[in-house]
Amino acid sequence: MINYIWLFIISFGIIFGILTGRGAEVSKSIIFSADSTVKLIISLGGILCLWCGIMKIAEKSGLINKLAKILRPFLRLIFKDAGKEDKVLGAIVMNLTANMMGLSNAATPFGIKAMDEMKKYNKDEDSASDDMVLFLVLNACCIQLLPTTVLSIRAAVGSNNPAEIIIPSIIATSTATIFGIIFCKILQRYF
Amino acid sequence: MNYIIKAIIPIIVLFIVFFGAAKGVKVYECFVEGAKDGIGICLRIFPYLLAMILAVGVFRESGALDCFIRIITPFVKLIGIPPEVVPLILIKPLSGSGSLGVFAEILNKFGADSSIGRTASIIMGSTETIFYTITVYFGAVKIKKIRHTLWAALMADLIAIIMSILLVRIFF
Repeated sequence: MINYIWLFIISFGIIFGILTGRGAEVSKSIIFSADSTVKLIISLGGILCLWCGIMKIAEKSGLINKLAKILRPFLRLIFKDAGKEDKVLGAIVMNLTANMMGLSNAATPFGIKAMDEMKKYNKDEDSASDDMVLFLVLNACCIQLLPTTVLSIRAAVGSNNPAEIIIPSIIATSTATIFGIIFCKILQRYF
Repeated sequence: MNYIIKAIIPIIVLFIVFFGAAKGVKVYECFVEGAKDGIGICLRIFPYLLAMILAVGVFRESGALDCFIRIITPFVKLIGIPPEVVPLILIKPLSGSGSLGVFAEILNKFGADSSIGRTASIIMGSTETIFYTITVYFGAVKIKKIRHTLWAALMADLIAIIMSILLVRIFF
């Protein structure tokens, strides 16, 4: 699936670019992508290591288990297999909480940790489990209580009330999250 | 309250470190050990990230994305989505920095307090860069078959967009 999407995006982009005379720009963007990936991974790497370190303390001290216990009843309803394991639930909870607070940099390491833990209970090496897909969809439409970047840009262009979009945003993402869970539960039977 | 939200990261760090120390965890050694895992994760996701950034970059710079937006705009108008926010809707799942640029441009052009500006703001605050998330998370655990992830995520995204448009009409 992802093979075809990647093939389509890249081949269509290059052919289109060459035919419309944008060969130079496309060539520049190919070279530039390597450069920007290295920059991204380095800036991501620092914060990733930082939160992995903090997470380890939280894990060893039993904090993660405590947090997971509180949210388990709810998450168990939607996560079939992962709901049984404290370690998985803990990472999922931390990831979702970080997302809600708009800390996407902090959310990524927790998310990867959660995927790592879920992989241990996955029967198929290559293929995503139902729980993994559901977790990803939750991340893709996660409720954000404070969309900090949006607020700061709105303030920067001179909005009278930058924060007026917070409540509608929360309603929009909550609805999308509920539908996302439903879509997952329906689609998982056919894939 | 506002200050607490801004200081949330140091508060979380303090709380976790303090809780760990109280439970007798060797916090320094533990932190270093955990941070080592981060390097491994970085190395694992690098090739996946490169593949995605390359594809998105080529698609955007070649003008294919603009062309795609132009083709899709009339259809999108039919469902009631304002054509001005179509570039944002298309670029948001692909690229975080790209969508930020498009978003700022829309606000500059139409004003943050216009109905288009508000719709764009809510869309921006309620959708995610799906391709990035899929690449990083599945890349980290070497999952190749993503099954229904993309469809479910894109459909949820569409719900968020439709809700954004409806909510602007209801709220303002």
